[in-house]
Amino acid sequence: MASLKELSTRKDPLTGGHRMCPGCGAPIVVRQILMASKDPVVVVSATGCLEVSTTIFPYSAWTVPFLHNAFENAGATMSGVEAAYQNLKKKGKMTEHVNFVAFGGDGGTYDIGLQSLSGAMERGHDMLYVCYNNEAYMNTGVQRSGATPKGANTTTEPAGKVGQGKVQWRKDLTEIMVAHNIPYVAQAIIGNWSDLTRKAEKAFAVRGPKFMNVLQPCRLGWGYKPENTLELARLAFDTCIWPVYEVENGVYKINKPREKKPVVEYLKTQDRFRHLFKPGNEKLIADIQAEVDRRWNLLLAKEATK
Amino acid sequence: MSKIVAKTGNEAMAEAMRQINPDVVAAYPITPATEIVMIFAKYVADGLVSTEFVAVESEHSAMSACVGASAAGVRVMTGTSSQGLCLMYEILPIAAALRLPIVMCDVNRAISGPINIHCDHSDTMAARDFGWLQIFSENSQEAYDSLIQAIRIAEDPRVHLPTMVTTDGFIISHCLDKIEILEDKDVTEFVGQDRKANNRLLDLKNPTSVGLLDLQDYYFEHRVPVAQAMKDSKKVILEVADEFAKKFGRKYGLIEEYKLADAEVAIVALGSTCGTAKVVIDELRAKGVKAGMLKIRVFRPFPAEEIVKALGKVKALAVLDRSDTWSAQGGQVFTEIRSAFYEAAQKPKMTNFIYGLGGREIDLPQLHTVFAALKNIDKQPVVQYLGVRE
Amino acid sequence: MSEKPGWKSLPEGDVVKAGTAAEFKTGDWRSERPVWFPERCIQCLFCWISCPDSSIIVKDQKMTGIDYDHCKGCGICAKECPVKPQKALEMKPERGEETCQK
Repeated sequence: MASLKELSTRKDPLTGGHRMCPGCGAPIVVRQILMASKDPVVVVSATGCLEVSTTIFPYSAWTVPFLHNAFENAGATMSGVEAAYQNLKKKGKMTEHVNFVAFGGDGGTYDIGLQSLSGAMERGHDMLYVCYNNEAYMNTGVQRSGATPKGANTTTEPAGKVGQGKVQWRKDLTEIMVAHNIPYVAQAIIGNWSDLTRKAEKAFAVRGPKFMNVLQPCRLGWGYKPENTLELARLAFDTCIWPVYEVENGVYKINKPREKKPVVEYLKTQDRFRHLFKPGNEKLIADIQAEVDRRWNLLLAKEATK
Repeated sequence: MSKIVAKTGNEAMAEAMRQINPDVVAAYPITPATEIVMIFAKYVADGLVSTEFVAVESEHSAMSACVGASAAGVRVMTGTSSQGLCLMYEILPIAAALRLPIVMCDVNRAISGPINIHCDHSDTMAARDFGWLQIFSENSQEAYDSLIQAIRIAEDPRVHLPTMVTTDGFIISHCLDKIEILEDKDVTEFVGQDRKANNRLLDLKNPTSVGLLDLQDYYFEHRVPVAQAMKDSKKVILEVADEFAKKFGRKYGLIEEYKLADAEVAIVALGSTCGTAKVVIDELRAKGVKAGMLKIRVFRPFPAEEIVKALGKVKALAVLDRSDTWSAQGGQVFTEIRSAFYEAAQKPKMTNFIYGLGGREIDLPQLHTVFAALKNIDKQPVVQYLGVRE
Repeated sequence: MSEKPGWKSLPEGDVVKAGTAAEFKTGDWRSERPVWFPERCIQCLFCWISCPDSSIIVKDQKMTGIDYDHCKGCGICAKECPVKPQKALEMKPERGEETCQK
């Protein structure tokens, strides 16, 4: 596993000068994962905050080859790039190993991009798909997605006089990917660089399809001071509202917090959950805690007992 | 030695694809284009091509994967029809804007609704505004020849635009015809062993970013070059056709004039209907009627000058559209031809026949009624339907 | 303000060379800036791996300073700095009495 000093000698995939918000977690996801690769990388990004803010013509912050096509097809687009690479390799025109990494936000992955991702994973392309997950359609102004947690305030399921934010729980995309029986699946956070880079290294060591779902706090959409981006991600892990784990060839390995904190510790830090603390909403917080515990216990049961 | 074989339109296109041996094919099944993909997949399985075949999970993903592969710098082909082409619509203009020479077999089928699997030109016509070259085929021989030429046209540095070659669904795609197949080595030599890509995503030593966001200050400047390339492609299409004629004997152009030189009455048509029309014209000529036909082979770029020149002296013209713009002004071919004639000193009187939607048969008697109508051109409505029950 | 290129001189097909955003300065977004105290720094590089804007300058595996042309003043580096009792990175106002502008 590469040390930080070793990682610092690798090519930074991004320059400064992009237009992501101050404190945005997305470029942290990108930097930590891509620098974990010893081999050259080629990137495809779906439309979204990352792509829009890093590539405003004529400025591109990407120091590695980068392609953007449309919103819902990062999986399919990368399939084409990887197929071209396989062909060139067969013909002896390329010999070096290349790590192909497709990035999509939760909008472009959980929802509109799900088919494209699923097809790419099912066909077995040698590529890593990373979902930088900020739990809403942030680029268009914080609309709910299939990744938005229950109770979160978004502009298409807002908290108001009647509604209390998102009614449904998020679907479990990481488990959907496990069900594709691909060699490596991980759910992770930023805020623990050694865990994230170790998971990325494991992914890059696999020849075949792999998937990582990385929670990425968004200071604008979630409502907090930008310096707390990594703190909040760690709190999501500590409360088990966002479990961190990996599944290698069907075998689960779950990171466990030293001390499981009550979910309210997490909810109180963000404006998007502020309405949950109004009198009368106590049951909602209790419901959220119950569901977090239920899912956490179900997940723990998937790990083989030693 | 080239050889004469019996092939359907789909088989002919698949054969051309085999000989072209593209680097990547990403495709999805849809009637009536499915066979092209199936036959090609068998070539892959039998090791007859070195193509990386990506069996994608939708046509949207097919075109997306084609964009990815083409941006990576390799030669890419695919095939589809109708709803499949519709599902690709979001990505078609991206392929053109990124100047990717993807070549697609497009088997003309009516777009839903209602759902219909038979031939009309609505799928290709609805895609006319995306910056793709569009070449129509009258028969399997043309489909085969045009597909081979399309690689050269699309990959020409003056063009660098994606290109679709169409056949009429079931009428051509599934009907056996006699065609001349070239030798494998002749096709390889004609298209070139590899694509000479100008920009390669996989050029790791010179990394680039492709597909950036444009704000108001750059979008316009990125779109005009597509229009310029479309203009410049006319010359390239003719150059490639010339070379093809010199090497292989069959001549192609932007249009084909059939007994048009001294024609007084004429029709314009695209695709397989032209074959039927030629028979009708011969019958009329035998009776002393100065009838003729203009076949449009290349619809994009639109050969306005050539059409005006060829039809200028015709007195009465019927434009046959196998699709409708639903603008209440007629079909696509009709409205574009009318527009082409706007400044012309001499122009025929015109009427539009919309025909053959959803695979409705067009036969000799019906085409005779068209020519009969041209005898009374002044009494004809601007737009009328041919072959529909009222 | 330099003339922007016309369509005839743009490269073909919405392509640019890698890394051109480095020319775009986002430093003026800041209302606070991180100030580095090298004498306190333990060279852990936590700040470098946490910076969203690639604005912690590292040379030969050592942090050497901050790229103020691009730093947006988000405060993550100062927050993540593990040094105690005083951090090696402190956020100071960009303007005002405690300004650190030269």
